[in-house]
Amino acid sequence: MIVGEQKPLEEIFRMLSGHERILVAGCRSCVAVCHAGGEKEVSILAEALRLRASLANHPWKVEEITVERQCEREWVEAMGPLVKGKDAVLSLACGVGAQTVQVLYPRIRVLPGLNTSHMGAPDMPGVFVEKCGGCGDCLLHLTGGICPIARCAKSLLNGPCGGSQNGRCEISPEVPCAWDQIVRSLEAMGRSDLLEEPIPPKSWLTARDGGPRRTVIPTAVISEEQRKMKGERP
Amino acid sequence: MRIIGFVCEHGGASAFRLAGERKLELPTEVALISLPCLGRLDVMHILRAFREGADAVFVAGCLEGNCHHLYGNIEAAKRVEQAKRILEQVGLGKERLEMFHLSSDQSWKAKEVAELMLERAKEIGESPLGVRG
Amino acid sequence: MRSGSNLEQALESGRFAVTAEIGPPRSASAERIRTHARQMKGCADAFNLTDNQTAMSRMSSIACAVVLLQDGLEPVVQMTCRDRNRIALQGDVLGASALGVRNILCLSGDHQTFGSMKEAKNVYDLDSIQLLMVLRRMRDEGKLWSGDELEVAPKLFLGAAANPFADPFEYRVIRLAKKIKAGADFIQTQSIYDMQRFERWMSLVREKGLHQKVHILAGVMPLKSHKTALYMKNKVSGMCVPDSIIDRLRRASDPKEEGIQMCVEQIQHLRDIEGIRGVHIMAPAWEEKVPEIVRRAGLSSIS
Repeated sequence: MIVGEQKPLEEIFRMLSGHERILVAGCRSCVAVCHAGGEKEVSILAEALRLRASLANHPWKVEEITVERQCEREWVEAMGPLVKGKDAVLSLACGVGAQTVQVLYPRIRVLPGLNTSHMGAPDMPGVFVEKCGGCGDCLLHLTGGICPIARCAKSLLNGPCGGSQNGRCEISPEVPCAWDQIVRSLEAMGRSDLLEEPIPPKSWLTARDGGPRRTVIPTAVISEEQRKMKGERP
Repeated sequence: MRIIGFVCEHGGASAFRLAGERKLELPTEVALISLPCLGRLDVMHILRAFREGADAVFVAGCLEGNCHHLYGNIEAAKRVEQAKRILEQVGLGKERLEMFHLSSDQSWKAKEVAELMLERAKEIGESPLGVRG
Repeated sequence: MRSGSNLEQALESGRFAVTAEIGPPRSASAERIRTHARQMKGCADAFNLTDNQTAMSRMSSIACAVVLLQDGLEPVVQMTCRDRNRIALQGDVLGASALGVRNILCLSGDHQTFGSMKEAKNVYDLDSIQLLMVLRRMRDEGKLWSGDELEVAPKLFLGAAANPFADPFEYRVIRLAKKIKAGADFIQTQSIYDMQRFERWMSLVREKGLHQKVHILAGVMPLKSHKTALYMKNKVSGMCVPDSIIDRLRRASDPKEEGIQMCVEQIQHLRDIEGIRGVHIMAPAWEEKVPEIVRRAGLSSIS
């Protein structure tokens, strides 16, 4: 899932200054799971904004909505009636959701209420850990199911480096050494042999370095005619 | 002054009920909202109480380790902390909000809580959001 | 001979080799490098120039290497994967080679959060093992990693680091083997204080016959005081400093002299370990002591 964290209220107040009719828009997917932008967080933030408006004499009129997935046009289109007449949408979705809203409502200013942090998973309740670097060329089969690109501070493919000590990364005792975990994982599955072969330089072409990425699923692509039949915009 | 107390059915509400039965004098400025368990309390509820004019809000749940639903009071305490952070940032200050733990037979303590929060609200002054008239 | 460097000749001839480290200055003047060059000339076969050490911007290792070459000293250019991608690394190696650099030490590099510019974006396009693979292809096949032909291939003697004191311990020898497979001709180790652990590591190295496939130079670093030793033990990840060493420095009436003496003793001990072909002396901000250490350790027979 995509993990995000709400921006400090101070920053949100600054972004909103100069706006009047505000829609706080949440998302029920990833960011709801990480307690950052679901229905509950939307209601709390909206209430905080109303309090702030009264106390600091801001003309803010705050309404709220939470949709199923803010990254998909269909759900964001359904926000239409509430977006109408607003001059800012404070998006509590990830950056993807915020951009989808902006594309559909180009005249309205979409403000990010969250910082989108990483792709991760809950390690324990309330703790979310980055797990995937989204490099576009997965090599978990070589690394015992632990991603060195996301989990090693240096994204080493032939680690662990000389800074690994007692299973901890050199950057901080709080950070586990990914390669220490990889070595142990491969040992446990009896595949330590995979550690012996140097992994050659990786192609980053499939990663962000290759330019913005676009994934096409041929079976899901529909023709112009089908699109018209469905009444969708081109 | 208007003081809102969120209380749980098992601890806080029972203690206040007992205070009434024992004819302990409670400040009339205090209004209670009783929940089956404080686990249901949301940060938004606390904020809304302030928006609607409360001068102070308290949350009173079971004694620590004694929640009828195991962790409701612990969850509530975390939310009170979160609400305090928000109140601080919106500029209302965190002193108008407090968390207490009461057992059902602590009627005297219920009276103390109510009086303490009224006293504190008086010290800080009326809420700028209060609906007067 | 792969590169014809002094270091390669010394190691290939079987003579116990010495390398020493010089830290490039945080300065736009090469004066300090020249001072070090004058002080240290003749005391080692080659001199390592660190690459933005501890993730702080310093004079580039290649520029410093050229200064050393002008003064008749042989450089070992350290290259980390932290700050440059494969395009820059290969380009810099061609340039360094054209200017006379033969020895290159391939490193991952300290993470930038150690330095004074923690907020910097790191690169790590390659890791140290991949850098070895890339540079070996340039030398042996006369090609860039992409396969593009080089007009003239660089003559390189390729080095890598090994840290027997990092974890997991058993993996350290596998990693050394991997570096050899990737193209390492010589290895310089992390500074050694825990002799027992080092010998345990060396026996695993010999068990796999790795000491016959690569020249291993044992790293030493003289300590100035027990406080430095404590810092190394507690703050530097991947360092082992036994308490006996810290105590010896604490008790010494002249800790600096004691530190030098200990370093000399360590070199003498390391020299006798089977498979050790030389010593690498690191004395950051204490470079002027290196000639004395070399002399007192009885290594002064260098060219």
